[in-house]
Amino acid sequence: MATKKLETPLLDQLESGPWPSFVTGLKKLADDEGKSYSPIMKSLLGQLEHSYETRKGFWKGGTVGVRGYGAGIIPRFSEVADKFPESSEFHTMRVMPPAGMHYNTKVLRELCDVWEEYGSGLIALHGQSGDIMMQGISSANVQPAFDAFNEMGFDLGGAGAGVRTSMSCVGAARCEQSCYDEAKAMRMVINNMLDDMHRPSLPYKFKAKFSGCANDCVNASHRSDFAVLGTWKDDIKVDQEEIKVKVAELGRKGFNDQVVNMCPTRALSLNDDDTLEIDNQSCVKCMHCINVCTKAMSVGDEKGVTILIGGKRTLKIGDLMGTVMVPFHKMDTEEDYEWLVELSENVLEFFADNALEHERTGEMIERIGLVNFLEGVGVDVDPNMVAHPRTSSYVRMDDWDEEVAKWNERKGTAAAE
Amino acid sequence: MSEAQEAPRMPDECGVPDPMPYMHPAMIKNYGAWDWHDRPQVGVLHHVAKSGDEVWTIKAGTQRQMDVYTIRNLCDIADEFADGHVRFTTRSNIEYTVSDEAKVQPLIDKLEGEGFPVGGTGNSVSMISHTQGWLHCDIPGTDASGVVKSLMDAMYHEFKHEEMPNRVKITTSCCQINCGGQGDIAINIQHTKPPIINHDLVANMCERPAVVARCPVAAIRPALVNGKPTLEVDEKKCICCGACFPPCPPMQINDPEHSKLAIWVGGKHSSTRSKPSFHKLVVAGIPNSAPRWPEATEVVLKILYAYKEGGRPWERMNEWIDRIGWPRFFEVTGLPFTKFHIEDWRGGRNALNASSHVHL
Repeated sequence: MATKKLETPLLDQLESGPWPSFVTGLKKLADDEGKSYSPIMKSLLGQLEHSYETRKGFWKGGTVGVRGYGAGIIPRFSEVADKFPESSEFHTMRVMPPAGMHYNTKVLRELCDVWEEYGSGLIALHGQSGDIMMQGISSANVQPAFDAFNEMGFDLGGAGAGVRTSMSCVGAARCEQSCYDEAKAMRMVINNMLDDMHRPSLPYKFKAKFSGCANDCVNASHRSDFAVLGTWKDDIKVDQEEIKVKVAELGRKGFNDQVVNMCPTRALSLNDDDTLEIDNQSCVKCMHCINVCTKAMSVGDEKGVTILIGGKRTLKIGDLMGTVMVPFHKMDTEEDYEWLVELSENVLEFFADNALEHERTGEMIERIGLVNFLEGVGVDVDPNMVAHPRTSSYVRMDDWDEEVAKWNERKGTAAAE
Repeated sequence: MSEAQEAPRMPDECGVPDPMPYMHPAMIKNYGAWDWHDRPQVGVLHHVAKSGDEVWTIKAGTQRQMDVYTIRNLCDIADEFADGHVRFTTRSNIEYTVSDEAKVQPLIDKLEGEGFPVGGTGNSVSMISHTQGWLHCDIPGTDASGVVKSLMDAMYHEFKHEEMPNRVKITTSCCQINCGGQGDIAINIQHTKPPIINHDLVANMCERPAVVARCPVAAIRPALVNGKPTLEVDEKKCICCGACFPPCPPMQINDPEHSKLAIWVGGKHSSTRSKPSFHKLVVAGIPNSAPRWPEATEVVLKILYAYKEGGRPWERMNEWIDRIGWPRFFEVTGLPFTKFHIEDWRGGRNALNASSHVHL
């Protein structure tokens, strides 16, 4: 039966202009006569045009899942199914991509084939949490589609009050600024939390993200509860001959303006012979000079991670940036990666036990104080955790001497190492 | 009927897939052993490994929401020009890596010929990170995909050229939950009227105590309307954030007229130079004008070009504003400063100028 030609005058206006148009793709699927998704996408386009006309959304949630899991499918039922019946069920499947979002064409084509058979033929690469967003499938097809993806070695991601899908930057695969094996850390940490991803029963969502340096290409500092950022402990590496080349390229003024004077801790100084002096003890590993002088400067050898805790967006108490909970931990050996897994497990467990319903990690810390959180997860206080020490004198400090003794003991242990 | 029913297939909880089987061989070989990089031209990264191996990565923009034909087309290009491997960035750009420099230009030509702009590297405007919108979200105030398409059309040149002081990361979000994230410029829905409540449906559809608890300003309380238990909103207290709408769809917050767009600037995730910062409000009350959002586009371009003109090399948006000061920002962009720009949320006093540093 021929379906009548769909009119989408508003959406059509999004087909002009040089940037690739998602509308053209939707229409291609709708016009693909004979395919199972064609009538679904015709109907979907109708509903989307209706949204553009009324400036309102028309999807509601529900309960759809796969056997054994309590998350990973985002159910969507149309509120205007009487007008657009073929897309009345248009659920999204969140599928976790390979760490670093690497694909070969064989696996991408296989993903497309499965989605062509069971779903809408529409895929978003990727969602804001890092999922492959398989957009548009009926309730009945969710299980067979999942089985097919799962047989390929793919698993569903997170949703609701559970551990969410994670992201790691390209990192060690193609970046000299990488300070640890981001993909390995991400897979070890997340794959240890799959129970809390697939059967969510946490107070609220929990996100971890993994960036190889302070450039934070996966936005971990603000967009994750548990942010792992690469850094290093020894000196920045400098090739002084290459510095001279860079000075010649930018000019002395240019080099001073663009490199030296932009150092946030004034740790750089250009010598009279066009070599660079670095006050490494003042360096905070911000990456700026290394970003500008990619050939002359690079990260040190004693690499590891800084961990920030509690980043999140507005709801409910306002935005929170992640703050330091581990200033530095080396990432050399298998034991170091196991340490990271154990730490993440302790944090998740503390969150599960102590957060109120619908409270994120950062909000919990705001409520109970960083010190209580640190004691709960077994991490010692460190001056790197604060922008500055307290300014208010309204505090009881009865056991000051005991706390000083703990500090001295830690200092002694560190000195002995 | 079969006698012994097959046991249902249970999931293999395999988790995050190992990227190694999918990764370009040169990346596997030189994993963790890269030496330096440069950018020979816009859209191309050139990485040199300690082994001496070199790779060139070509970055192209996509529409993110892709039909299988588009993905297969991108695969065909990878097979013909780029060793059969791709990766995606967090901003939905596709990257092709080749270990033969001679393959770079033909690949660029092919991508451009197929309509995928090559760029997004270095100090350019990269693809806008965004959310689902009317296509799929249950609580969208706008269609981020359409806003993004309109803006990227307008900023096409800036994607394909590295002419900005530093990289510009733009985000859009269809509600105040802000799934798009912090941005140098963020275009987000801002509701201006309290939810319109369908009292007949609340009791059946909403877990009322959870909805009450979710309100950031405690403006929601239990009520009885026409003998039915429901919720009511103290409209004087309500900040129109829409937090009650996801757990309680009968509390409709989206409004074709009164759900507006607001524009924020100076968000930054990285710790590079300055510490990470949140984006700050600069304009609100912009109409939600589907399908091309011309008013929002105009404001974004105004801010973008003021930054392009005034920013010094390597200053991100927030760093440029920190240097020139907010009075000058409002002056050079021609945007109004109102009482709504002054923070009154918790900790708001920290956003005041506690000094005699003024820009005159």
